[in-house]
Order: sequence, then C-alpha cells, then structure tokens
Amino acid sequence: MSTSKPNMTFSRRDFMRTSSLAGGGILIGFNLFTACKPEASPPVDLASLNYNDFNAFIKIADNGAVTIFSPNPEIGQGVKTSMPMLIAEELDVAWDKVLVEQGVLDTKNYTRQVAGGSQSIRFGWDPLRQTGATARQMLINAAASRWGVEPSECTTSEGVIKNASGETLTYGDVVKDAAGMEIPEKVKLKKRSEYKIIGKDTWNVDLDKIVTGQPLFGLDYKKEGMVIASVMRPPAFGQKLDSYDDAGAKEIPGVIDVIRFGDKIAVLAKDTWTAMKGKKALKASWKDDGTLESTSDHDRILTGLLDGKDFQTLRADGDIKKAFASADKVLERTYESPFLPHNCLEPMNFYADVTSDKIHLVGPIQTPERTAQEIAEKLDRSPEEIHLEMTRMGGGFGRRLYGDFAMEAAEISSKAGKPVKVVFSREDDMAAGIYRPAIKYRIKAAVKNGEVTGYHLKEAAVNSNMYGLIPNFFPAGAIENYQVDVAKHDSNITTGAWRAPYTNFLAFAEQSFFDELAEMMEVDKVQLRLDLLQKVKGTTDERIQYSPERMEEVIKTAVEKSGWGKQPDGVYQGFVNYYCHNSHVAEVANVEIEDGMPVVKKIICVVDCGIVVNPLGALNQIEGGVIDGVGHAMYGDFAFENGVPQSGNFDAYRLIRINEAPEVEVHLMENDHSPTGLGEPTLPPAGGAVANALKAATGKRLYKQPFTKYPELLIVPEKEIIG
Amino acid sequence: MPTYQIKVNGSVRSVDVSEDTPLLWILRDHLDLVGAKYGCGIAQCGACTVHLDGQAVRSCVLTAAQVSGKEITTIEGLSEDGSHPVQQAWKEVDVPQCGYCQAGQIMTAAAFLDKNPNPDSAEIKSAMQGNLCRCASYSRIYKAVEKAASRMG
Repeated sequence: MSTSKPNMTFSRRDFMRTSSLAGGGILIGFNLFTACKPEASPPVDLASLNYNDFNAFIKIADNGAVTIFSPNPEIGQGVKTSMPMLIAEELDVAWDKVLVEQGVLDTKNYTRQVAGGSQSIRFGWDPLRQTGATARQMLINAAASRWGVEPSECTTSEGVIKNASGETLTYGDVVKDAAGMEIPEKVKLKKRSEYKIIGKDTWNVDLDKIVTGQPLFGLDYKKEGMVIASVMRPPAFGQKLDSYDDAGAKEIPGVIDVIRFGDKIAVLAKDTWTAMKGKKALKASWKDDGTLESTSDHDRILTGLLDGKDFQTLRADGDIKKAFASADKVLERTYESPFLPHNCLEPMNFYADVTSDKIHLVGPIQTPERTAQEIAEKLDRSPEEIHLEMTRMGGGFGRRLYGDFAMEAAEISSKAGKPVKVVFSREDDMAAGIYRPAIKYRIKAAVKNGEVTGYHLKEAAVNSNMYGLIPNFFPAGAIENYQVDVAKHDSNITTGAWRAPYTNFLAFAEQSFFDELAEMMEVDKVQLRLDLLQKVKGTTDERIQYSPERMEEVIKTAVEKSGWGKQPDGVYQGFVNYYCHNSHVAEVANVEIEDGMPVVKKIICVVDCGIVVNPLGALNQIEGGVIDGVGHAMYGDFAFENGVPQSGNFDAYRLIRINEAPEVEVHLMENDHSPTGLGEPTLPPAGGAVANALKAATGKRLYKQPFTKYPELLIVPEKEIIG
Repeated sequence: MPTYQIKVNGSVRSVDVSEDTPLLWILRDHLDLVGAKYGCGIAQCGACTVHLDGQAVRSCVLTAAQVSGKEITTIEGLSEDGSHPVQQAWKEVDVPQCGYCQAGQIMTAAAFLDKNPNPDSAEIKSAMQGNLCRCASYSRIYKAVEKAASRMG
C-alpha cells in the first residue's frame, strides 16, 4: 500500500539562509512553497539566491522572542495557526512566546509570494518540522561552541539550552553566534511522544483581531488616493457589450470616471456606495456572442452524453460487459446535481495600483503567483515589477483560486492611472461566478451469486471531468470488473473548483448507490462495504491510495459510536464511508420526524487524517465541512435561463442557517500516520449520509440535489409518524 | 451633499454623504470602522449587524437620516479591549474559521443576551438564524452564545 507521504530528497541547506539582523537577532529565511512541493528540487545556482527568493522567515530576537512570518494564505482552514505550530514544535519554544505574522518582512525589494494550496499540512509536515529543527540545532551548536562542549551533550526546553554540567543559555544569548554558523545537514526530529505543541489545542492566531473588528480582509484594505470600481459585466454567459450610455452614471455626485475595458464597464467613485449606484445608472445594450444556455439544456445534454457512446475511459479493470451479461441482478441509477456558486461571505475584491515603474496588488487570493504572472502577461510587464500582498480571506471554497477580479483591478487601474479597488456586490459575485459545474452520474452494478461482480461509473459534466486519482477511489480495486467513463459538454458558463471538487457530489451518488445495492442484495449495508474492502487488502496497484485497513477502522468506529442498528424507534440512520484528500471518513446521519417532517438532527463523523496538528482547529474544520455538506445537499440550487443566472442574492439562494444545522459529533482516529487534509474530506460524505437516512425515514430515495427541490420525496408515510 | 451627525461608539462624527447612503458604507468608507462587514446589502446575511439604541440592526439597509440622533455601537465599540462577555466566549470557544461573519454574529448575540440573559436552545437558534456563516461554524457559535449567557445571566 502506498502512503500519502511526499518524496523528500533535497537537503536543508538548499532551502535555508541565515543572517544577522542589524538590530540584533537572527533571521532564518526559507522558501516555504518550494520546500513543501512534493517534487521539490534544489535551486540550480544556490549562490545567486537572495532574500527575495524566500517567502517565509523565522526571526529570533536577542531577547529570545520568536516571530514566524508565514506567507500562506488563510482562507479559514487554520493553516496560519497550524503551520507555524510545526516550526515552533521542533524549534522547541513555548507557543505563547511565538508571534505569527501574515506576509513577509519589509524587505528593500518586493518579495514575490506564493500559496501553499489546499494540501498545506500534508506537504508542509516534513519540511516545516525540519526547518524548525535545523534552527534549533544551529542555536545548540552556537551554545556548545561557546561552552567548548559537544553539541550532543546539550538539550533544549522552551527556548533554553542546557549542557551536561547544568549551565544554561537562552536562544537570545546565542543568536548572534548562530547567525554565522553553517547550516547543519542532518537534524533529528522529535518523536510523537515528545510533542509539546503538535496535538494540543491551539487557538486561532487572529482571534483578537477578528472579535474586535480590526481590518484584516481585502475589503477592509485602504490606501491613500484609492478609488472604488463597480463593474458591469455581460448579464448572460454568451453575450458581449454592444453599446453603452454613461451619462446617468456621470451625473451622480462622487462618480469620478466611467471606463470600458473589453466587454465590461467600470464606474469609479470615491466610495463604495457611490460606485455601486453609478453602475446601476449605466445603460448598456448587449449582443449575443454564442449560445445562451439554460438549465433545461444542460439537463438534456448531460442525459444525452450518459446515453451516448462518446466517453473517455479513466480506469478499466476486467471486462464489465461480460460481468453484466452474466449477472443475476443488475442495478442502474442516475444522480443529478446543479451548478453551485461559492458564495464566499466576503465578495470578490482586489486592489491594484499600476504605475510606470511597478504594479502593487493587494487582496484575498489563493494563487498569488499565478495571478501575478497572468497580470504581467496581460499588461505586458515583467513579473519582477509586481508586488502582491495577501490579505486574510473571507472564505475561499475554491473561488479565490481564480484571479479574474485581480485582473479586472489591474486593467482598470492601468487605464485610469489611479489606485483602484474592484468591489463585487453580492449580485456581481453570484453572477460572475466560476461555478461548480452541473454533473450527472450513472452507476450500474452487476451481482452474481451474492457478489458484486461488475461496476460501471459514468460521469457527464459541464466543461471538465474528474481528474487525478479520483477514478481509483473506493470501490476501485474491490470489484473485479470495474470501469470509469467520463464525458463533457463545453459551455461558455465559467466553471471551476468548488470545495472538494467532483467528490462533493460523487460521494453522494456512490454512497446512495451502495445503500440501494445492499437493499437489492438483501445484505447489511455496512457489511457490504466491509466485504468489498477485504478484497482491496494487499493490493499492489499503486493508483489505489486509500487504505482498506484504515477505512475498516473508521467504519467500525462509526458503527460503535453511532449505535448503528441499535437506535430507538423514531431515529432513522444513514451510513456513508468515503476517502478523499488522503483522509478516511465515515459519517452516520440521524434523522427524526418532527411535525410530520424528517429533520436531520445529528451527524456522527469519524475521521482518520493521521496525526492531528491542532485538534481545536481540526474540530472546527470537520464540523463546518459536515454542515456545509448537509446544507448544499439540502438547499443549494443555481439555475440559468438563456445564459442568465437565476439567483442574485441570499433572498433567492438558500444557505444553511444555525436553526437548520445538525449537531455534529466528531471522533478522531489516533495513529502515527503523517497528517492529511481536513478542509475538504468531511464535506462529500454528508449529503449521502443524509439521503440514506431520509430513505430510512420516508421510504423514498433521493437521486437529485438539492433535496428540498423535491418536497414530494420528503413526505413521511402516515404510519411512520409517531405521536 | 448633506451633512449628518452620526453618534457612534460614544462620539459624534460628522459625515457628508448622499442621503441614501447606508450606515454600513458610512461606517466602512467614511468613518474607518470596518468591523461591520458587507455580505449582501439586503439584510439577509447579518454580517453588517450593529446596535442602534441597543437593538441589533442591519446597517446595510439603514440610511444616515434614519439613524441620526440615535446611539450606534459597532463591534469596535462593544468593549474597549475585546472583554465583553460575548467576545470573551467567542475567543474561548475559538469560533471563527474565515472570521468574516463573526463581528455580525457577536453583535447579534450581545444584543440578544442583553434582553434575554437566560435563553433556551430554541431561543438561541431563533435569535442567531438571521446571521449566515458560510464556513458553517454554527456548532461553535451556539456554544459561545451559551457560554456568554451563563456569565451574563
């Protein structure tokens, strides 16, 4: 069984640099992004590296105070807290003495920043601990040299170095010496039993600022001379600008300018409200420039793709045709999901100041490096002229992987010759989305002599299909004849990643299917899954990255903790197990009947994500992921009519609220495996768990999301209503 | 443009804005108080919640004329140092994920607990249901309100 551990073959020296600080203390620079890449390789010419190539720093002042400058963008998943925890653990300092700051030091030249991506902890686990351990070893070496003893005789504890005769020096005492020392090649990492920070509840480093309303987010950013831009974009996908009249907008006091760029029109004003008002006063006419697609078209086209023969095969084991031809029983079902907007609560926004000698960009973005490159290309400038600062993000969910809003800000600033912040209204944010594409899955299984002998998964999606290792997720490897086929429809509606891409709906489809398959086979629903997992044990297929043993443990724990099969009358349960983002998860939903309606009361969630760096933060991610999954499965719906999005704001787009949120009971598996993802893997199973529990309560199976769109399937039969 | 006297966090501030300018944008763009957030502009998400004479209100749909002469409290003025029992509870429970909606959540909770310091579960959920949290940190919002109530009651 392969593991999720990235290949680490480079040496510390290749990624670190130290120097003395003028005001005292030591600065250790390293390239977080490069060091955390799984395919990391040393820079070609080490001597040419300078501090502009580093984007993360540890500063140890001569009073011993430690500051960790982390460039990793914070979208709410807690990495601004958990990643510095890894460094602090191995540096061996007390966490309450560590200051964590977003962004880089105020270096003379601008420093290019880069993002860690959604697998921050998984890829950062080794390099960040090694960085901390390397810094610690340098401090020990400096102390040992001063004492004239062997470094191996020295120990550390919370920033104090001690030698065999009991003498002590603090980190602050020796930072000056350490700055001149060679970077050690090999360092020893702590054992799990020695951890003082990793595995301990650690509070969000921005808590004080958040609860007192201090400026943190892109929308809060201000700069002298900055104007606000409100942008009118084509109202329909498939339209472009024909002509416009800005006389009404320009009459509004406070409107500074109206600028056309491409098929968009920006109204510039000194404040946000005036800019938004100015945009409403614009008169524009649009002309068709492609197909104007509607949700009914997608429904028909995707069904046509599933019925057709034009597929790309992503995995094929055995011979599914033979399996179906010789089957005793066959089950085939189709599952459907709508487009979904991300609806980050902080609407898209970005600041740009494009001048003749530099481009200054500030805002919430998950992909600063790519965005800076794209802007450089578009404006025909060198990437070195771009300085991009990241702010905290009011949610990401995948939307802020795309830099369209930053590009708009740069284009407008370039044309206006002013520093500009583009601010989306909520309506802009929903209408200029990069949506989760509408998808349909068709799953067919063959059963012979009480065994599942064939499994055929077909995907029809708008614009793009599942990728990477997804076709190799469970039940791949468990069924002899297995095939995954995909097809797509190219649309002018923009689509992209949405929290747990593809699996956010695939998990519902497959896990609903297993539930129904168990019913058809007249076997226990959990046992069917456990039996299938047995067949994966000992596989030599490297594409299979889920572990049947870890999945089995997660399932058994969920059975025990949820009281599966032992619930009192009136509690209906649904079971799901799922693997994605390298973590193993099982969820059980409890549905009860209240006032004749089924209500999701509780989700029991069991997670194996390896070593948990920050349990307090982890629980928040898990609970949020589960409720987000329940909410979008129940309520999330987004339609198009002739290219025009049909929901514009939260009065017409339903997000789950506190009174609808189930209780979430979390159980974390304890083991020594390296940490894996947590921001995403608890979301996909939630919809399936709810659908399976609703089936148990109502006798009706749900094949389409969102569930509330089909109220006739949520009615409880008379006999089931108690009291 | 007309001049309005806005009484916010204990001091009177003078602003020149068009008469239809929502309080939210007066606070954010003209008074440098960015704790109240823009989320929807139509009183659906609660991110912009402030207190008007002690009542939790949506600042995105109130104009300068409507709030003139009334006491406005924003998250920045709820306490001097984040020591209000609701802010304290929010910190102890470690509620935020992205954090964007939390100032609005705290302002809603503070006004609610002021009037009903001993709420039951249904009352907490009913009071907080106008505030969206896109990260769905609802379990912790609930816990923090309960914790603050135990101290304010």
